[in-house]
Amino acid sequence: MKLTGAELIVQLLERQGIRTVAGIPGGANLPLYHALAESGLRHILVRHEQGGGFIAQGMARATGRAAVCFATSGPGATNLLTAIADAKLDSIPVIGITGQVPASLIGTDAFQEVDTYGLTIPITKHNYLVKDAAELVQVIPEAFRVALSGRPGPVVIDVPKDVQKAAVEIDALPEPGAADPAPRPDPASLRRAAEMISAAKRPVVYAGGGVISADASGLLRELVARCDLPVTATLMALGALPADDPRFLGMLGMHGSMATNAIVDKADLLIVCGARFDDRATGKVEAFAPNAAVIHIDVDSAELGKIRSLGERDAAVSGDVGVALTALLALAPAAKRTQWWKEIDAVKAAHPETPPEDPMHPWSLIRSIGAMAPLDAIVTTDVGQHQMWAAQAYPVRYPRSFLTSGGLGTMGFGLPAAIGAALARPECTVIALVGDGSLLMNVQELATLAEIGLNIKVFVFDNGQLGLVRQQQELFYQERYVASRFERRPDLAAIARGFGIEACPLASFDAAVVEQALLTDGPVLVNMAVSETENVFPMVPPGAANVQAIIRAPKDRAGRRS
Amino acid sequence: MYIPNTIIELLVDNHAGVMSHITGLFSRRGFNLEAILCAPVNGGETSRMYLLVNRDGRLEQIVRQLEKLRDVRSVTVRDDYDHTVFARIEDLITSGAG
Repeated sequence: MKLTGAELIVQLLERQGIRTVAGIPGGANLPLYHALAESGLRHILVRHEQGGGFIAQGMARATGRAAVCFATSGPGATNLLTAIADAKLDSIPVIGITGQVPASLIGTDAFQEVDTYGLTIPITKHNYLVKDAAELVQVIPEAFRVALSGRPGPVVIDVPKDVQKAAVEIDALPEPGAADPAPRPDPASLRRAAEMISAAKRPVVYAGGGVISADASGLLRELVARCDLPVTATLMALGALPADDPRFLGMLGMHGSMATNAIVDKADLLIVCGARFDDRATGKVEAFAPNAAVIHIDVDSAELGKIRSLGERDAAVSGDVGVALTALLALAPAAKRTQWWKEIDAVKAAHPETPPEDPMHPWSLIRSIGAMAPLDAIVTTDVGQHQMWAAQAYPVRYPRSFLTSGGLGTMGFGLPAAIGAALARPECTVIALVGDGSLLMNVQELATLAEIGLNIKVFVFDNGQLGLVRQQQELFYQERYVASRFERRPDLAAIARGFGIEACPLASFDAAVVEQALLTDGPVLVNMAVSETENVFPMVPPGAANVQAIIRAPKDRAGRRS
Repeated sequence: MYIPNTIIELLVDNHAGVMSHITGLFSRRGFNLEAILCAPVNGGETSRMYLLVNRDGRLEQIVRQLEKLRDVRSVTVRDDYDHTVFARIEDLITSGAG
């Protein structure tokens, strides 16, 4: 059969099971858009390519399947970069297909030419510049295989306009690309890990995003039940265990609870599942679980020993977390750790949680929303204070139901990621918890949302500040509040209505308003006026050990201000 | 402080961009790269690369990161090579400049 490169791309995407792509057309990818007309693919026209990248991320994070976004050359590609870099740091399988100027013009500073290949080398798992339309038959399936295999990650395919237009004769379309078989850990390392779990007196599981991406949450729940193990999670692993599981200790690290960090500090064994000792989780690395031996399970062997070196008393388990947990379930004897749980309860009693009383405190608002939300709701967040309060307070029940920008920490993630999640899981209510600063970074996607009318509830924590910046200036920069306050605050509810989204302000807490928003069909925005000066605590000062977290501002301790 | 060097030998796919992937990895992760020697082999389908690097605690991490690159087919640390080839290139360059 004879096809153009563009038609070939579209057909190969359909064969990969792609139903929806997000993007923006422009000069260099118009042949691709021309081919869309005759395809079954649904295209979501975003208002900025970064929004398209995050919609693809939302689809991928909510399902674990690879998702696709399109951008044109030059500014289209550069606008996409942040979403691609974000996917790299959180290991999300996103495939970006960018138009490029015709091959004959590459290198001439042609109109809307930028070196997309060069720009995307450091922020992708792999990237391609397609020189010949016939290569697409191999490149597209391979891109999916790369994105999904082992540790997932983003792939960018840059396709010059003439390659999109070129006609190719092919005999048959290739098989869709799929993930390689999950890498199996060395049995000896697993036997050793099982012995270490059995011998440990104070073991703690430190679960990371790898548990979610390996779809191994169920296996983790089984193992921790069998071996009676306490579990802490990184931001990326929230949902691996239900928030109300008695063995779940909550999030660790910079904004983890005092008790959780203290328990990790006491551990004699750390069972690290798909986590990478990120600095926000570990605090000062030398002081992190200083007495613990480590079992480090990761599908990316380069993570083993990268931050925490593994010695004689540790175990490096290189392979798929799910395969490893299945093996450990068979190898590790059932246990009851009464003494350790007594110690844990004592630590918890020594560091009691004191929830804020004010119902308009963001922590309280998040608890209220969580209590009223459908059980299968998917939550997205933006980045900043509200994100940390959400991590602390939202009752995350299932894997892939708490979508947040962890590694890159990209403000503007929440709204477009919610659109992606709602496209991929239309049966679920999607709740976007966003800050006013973050919302404004991709506010244009309200137009996209209004157009497609998804079941998304946007709750804005409007404090008129870059709150986490303000907090650091208060705590660590002598209260010099430089450029962290918005001198002029827009009316976000009016803005939403201007885009055609139903919206209401919330100045004082009213459960009926929250409930009404959750029950209304279609998109709704609730703009919640919250304190301008509230801080997220506990907080581990940058460079300090997790056990040195502070729970109030120093000036409050001195009694200068209550 | 004198840091001894060693050679990493790579077999890589030969296309424009591979060199960027390799050198980009070194700069991005803050690894030292002292010298590179690269030439096509197998009729141009692949290239062989020799990287002169510090033999320090990060060597294993460098090797693992290199192994993850799609275009890298094999990575070998060659403790059995002497570094005279790089020394000879240095001679060549110095004499050319003089």
